[in-house]
Amino acid sequence: MSEILRTEGLTKEYAKKIAVSDVSMSVSEGDIVGIMGPSGSGKSTLFRLINLLERPTRGKIVFDGNEISTSSPDVHLIRRKMALVLQKPSAMNRNVFNNVAFGLQLRQVEKGETERRVSDYLERLGLTESRERNARSLSGGEMQRMCFARSVIVEPKLLLLDEFTANLDPQNISILEKAVRDFVNQGGRAAVVITHNPFQAKRLCNRAALMMNGGIVEEGETLRIFNNPTDERTKAFVSGEMVF
Amino acid sequence: MVDAVTYDVVQITLLSLYVSGSATILGSLIGVPLGAAVGLKEFGGKGLLKTITYTMYGFPPVISGLFIYYIFSRAGPLGDFGILFTPTAMILAQTLLVIPLVAGVTITSVSEVDKNIKNTVLSLGASDRQATFTVIKEAWVGVITAVMIGFGRAIAEVGAAYMVGGNIEGKTRILTTSIMLETRMGHFGYAIGLGVVLLIVACGVFLFMRWLQERELL
Repeated sequence: MSEILRTEGLTKEYAKKIAVSDVSMSVSEGDIVGIMGPSGSGKSTLFRLINLLERPTRGKIVFDGNEISTSSPDVHLIRRKMALVLQKPSAMNRNVFNNVAFGLQLRQVEKGETERRVSDYLERLGLTESRERNARSLSGGEMQRMCFARSVIVEPKLLLLDEFTANLDPQNISILEKAVRDFVNQGGRAAVVITHNPFQAKRLCNRAALMMNGGIVEEGETLRIFNNPTDERTKAFVSGEMVF
Repeated sequence: MVDAVTYDVVQITLLSLYVSGSATILGSLIGVPLGAAVGLKEFGGKGLLKTITYTMYGFPPVISGLFIYYIFSRAGPLGDFGILFTPTAMILAQTLLVIPLVAGVTITSVSEVDKNIKNTVLSLGASDRQATFTVIKEAWVGVITAVMIGFGRAIAEVGAAYMVGGNIEGKTRILTTSIMLETRMGHFGYAIGLGVVLLIVACGVFLFMRWLQERELL
């Protein structure tokens, strides 16, 4: 499988804190990589760096064969090949259809094609009946499904999911996890998932990493991480002694 | 006689609308992007700039008039333009009063939009300009309120318009300067009538802007 994302020594320092420290990782087509770790361990900052919402202090990001960490005036064109679903879902003050269609409208996708694709995703995620509702009136689960649809509809190569099922009921979690698998199984794509839930990492991810204090403690195939961890902190995490 | 008075009132009212409307449009074209930029960007001195903007809410109209008077007077740096005592000078003076109000309320409005909206829009591939436009659209109700407040300031002020317009009959006389003149001449009934016209004009404009707010036409 060809590589979609690689980070080398990625570091982000703020005035009084090192948020991300020397993170090197690789994500290939077909991967669903789970990143676990306590709050404040740098997971979300890592996503912001990969999505170019922030610039790294040091290190390199190679995405789709190109180094993207150096300044580029066309940063939004790079972002159009990846998508980020934030932990806190946010809806624009418009109906569900227009929220989901937003990324397609930015890319000037023809109206008929937009209608077809949005209708398809609304149906897959059980939102067809809500298409004309103002998105801000959706429930938490519906809102997160809408945000997911809005991100994957643009067919990114890399999907970044930041605790995308936090606070959701089992039914919504199941719908969204299936949607992630379907997305990756279409080929040429990968997903990276931040999760606090080791069971979710086990269910969903083929590879997993534990992140603490800005750095990756251990990374590898999910089964190996859970069944045969090498680092003491990973052992404590998978045995349930370390609770986030 | 009645026809002449009616003609005068219509002319004064239309000039008021033209001067204050133009000042509001100009002030908004400057104030909204300025307010959005200050509200959405992080930079050193942002707090100071916001404080200065809010302080300018209380900018006295006569100071604005004095500034425009000075630079466009014959001895002033832009005296060659010869716009003193014309509606153009009045528009410029009122624009100076409108900008801080529109910018200040826009700063507050865009700052209140959920921060995640901008990040979401950027992560979906929007350019900085598209993301800023989307946030302004999210803050639409507040931005229109900013424009309404700006118009309110312009249509109600008298000092700046009087200083740089001169209250010349048929040329630069507007509702507020007329009310002042008629009151001085003891024509209280006429002055009150003009006051009522001023309120009706303001009401009509605000009704239109409320319609814009509800339609979210951006």
